[in-house]
Amino acid sequence: MSTQEPKERYCLGIESTADDFGVGISTFSGQILANISDCYVPAEGGIHPREAARHHACVAEIVLKEAFTQSGIKPKDLSLIAFSQGPGLGPCLRTGATVARALASYLGVPLVGVNHSVGHIEIGKLQTGAKDPLTLYVSGGNTLVTAFSFGRYRVFGETLDIALGNCLDVFGREVGLKHKKGVPLGAAVEQLAQRGKELVLLPYVVKGMDLSLSGLLTAAVTLFQKGECTLEDLCYSLQETAFSMVTEITERALAHTEKKELLLTGGVAANKRLQAMLKSVADEHNATFNSVPLKFATDNGAMIAWTGILAFTHGLVTPVERSFVRLRWRVDKVDVPWMK
Amino acid sequence: MDEVNSEVLFKKGAEASLFLGNWHGKRVVIKRRLSKKYRPDKLDLAIRTYRTVHEPQLMHEAKVAGVPTPAVFMVDVQTSTIIMEFIEGYQVKRALDGFSQSERHKVCFKIGSLIGKLHLHDLIHGDLTTSNMILTSYSNVFFLDFGLGEKSSELEARGVDLHLLKRALESTHFKVAEECFQSVLQGYREVVGAVAAEELLEKIREIERRGRYVTERKNS
Repeated sequence: MSTQEPKERYCLGIESTADDFGVGISTFSGQILANISDCYVPAEGGIHPREAARHHACVAEIVLKEAFTQSGIKPKDLSLIAFSQGPGLGPCLRTGATVARALASYLGVPLVGVNHSVGHIEIGKLQTGAKDPLTLYVSGGNTLVTAFSFGRYRVFGETLDIALGNCLDVFGREVGLKHKKGVPLGAAVEQLAQRGKELVLLPYVVKGMDLSLSGLLTAAVTLFQKGECTLEDLCYSLQETAFSMVTEITERALAHTEKKELLLTGGVAANKRLQAMLKSVADEHNATFNSVPLKFATDNGAMIAWTGILAFTHGLVTPVERSFVRLRWRVDKVDVPWMK
Repeated sequence: MDEVNSEVLFKKGAEASLFLGNWHGKRVVIKRRLSKKYRPDKLDLAIRTYRTVHEPQLMHEAKVAGVPTPAVFMVDVQTSTIIMEFIEGYQVKRALDGFSQSERHKVCFKIGSLIGKLHLHDLIHGDLTTSNMILTSYSNVFFLDFGLGEKSSELEARGVDLHLLKRALESTHFKVAEECFQSVLQGYREVVGAVAAEELLEKIREIERRGRYVTERKNS
């Protein structure tokens, strides 16, 4: 605390689009001082939006306190509050937005709404040093290939139906794997896949730079129910097929945009096999491969704080009366004046 | 393959490498689907074989439908290679942004009418982007890269086909995307008729609403 320079400014960011409630604190120069989150774990099934929001409201105070402790700064030191304004689950977004509005009003500092997907890209760039990457963002709710072009992050490829993380999670749930705190179902599928030996051919659906995963999921679940292949082989085949599709569209976008950096982020970025496939493609196209460290690749408050700073220092603020949440706020609808 | 000489790599795409060569006195393009290290051998072989066999079939059927595609001279499944005619011209991707509005309209209208012809014959291109179209000096447009194509009479497949083109225009030619897509639709409508075109437009809207985080999606 005594080593801090007197003029440094701080932003607190709140992330609450889905099952994570996260708080991050960043200096305006991009030093992350705190990044704390608490994940809602459903007793059974997927994320229930209302239950997740209830969880966020319960843990908000503790997570905030912990973030202040970790950062070593006090609430009155803050110059800016940022929150994820969308896209995401309504009740969850509203809980985070309410906390953000209250903090900004109480402290008398500006509020800025951040697009969650832009947040993932920006924290990825900050952490890896990539400047103008082609980004593959793969998580429970998103599967998209995006790159900056003419003022915005344009979507070059995306899923036509379900997200990659969703595909792996639902498969895990359908075959009876259990969700544990800190271990997503996708990670359990990854562990089983490592023991798979025989590749079963499953539907492979790439359309241009888009892909479709719902048919693959159905086919894999059906094969499991028939009991004709081992669970390990099915996990292996599901991963190999889905990741090959994602890698193929990423390679297409890389060849198309001719970007020289590839950035992998989102919760599924933790998967080692996916990392290896994408690195292979990046090498082939003489692009650098940048994998975002896990605590900044999954949903987190730091990415919101940092992107809030970028927005604020480029003239963007979100007055409370316009801080309504945007459940369906596509990444390509957001102007990013800090990129040129 | 020994008949081919002077192979020169001229385009390394995502899926295949294209070489220029000379085959019995003809200037040819040699399209090789190279093995991808990132995927398992069994999947790699299945994908490359499927696409190498299907692409020339669809190119042939496109010609029957009245859509210009390069002549295919040889197919070698063992090496996932297709030898085809070299088409002199410009990628529409490179040409489009430098065009005047009336030139853009003319080319996009033409593209739309060609897609209409494909669809009337149940042919789905599967990867309609301006990189996969060659504009020749006599204002003709050749379609390339049928590797992701399929035969389908389903409205859904036609809808996705045009949705992909719309998205490709938006991400690559975003300043003129809307105008270009309207011209494509006009050309398309002229070939398939107003009713079929409207039906398809409604399908495209449905596909877009189904997409993630689309504001127009109905609130449930």
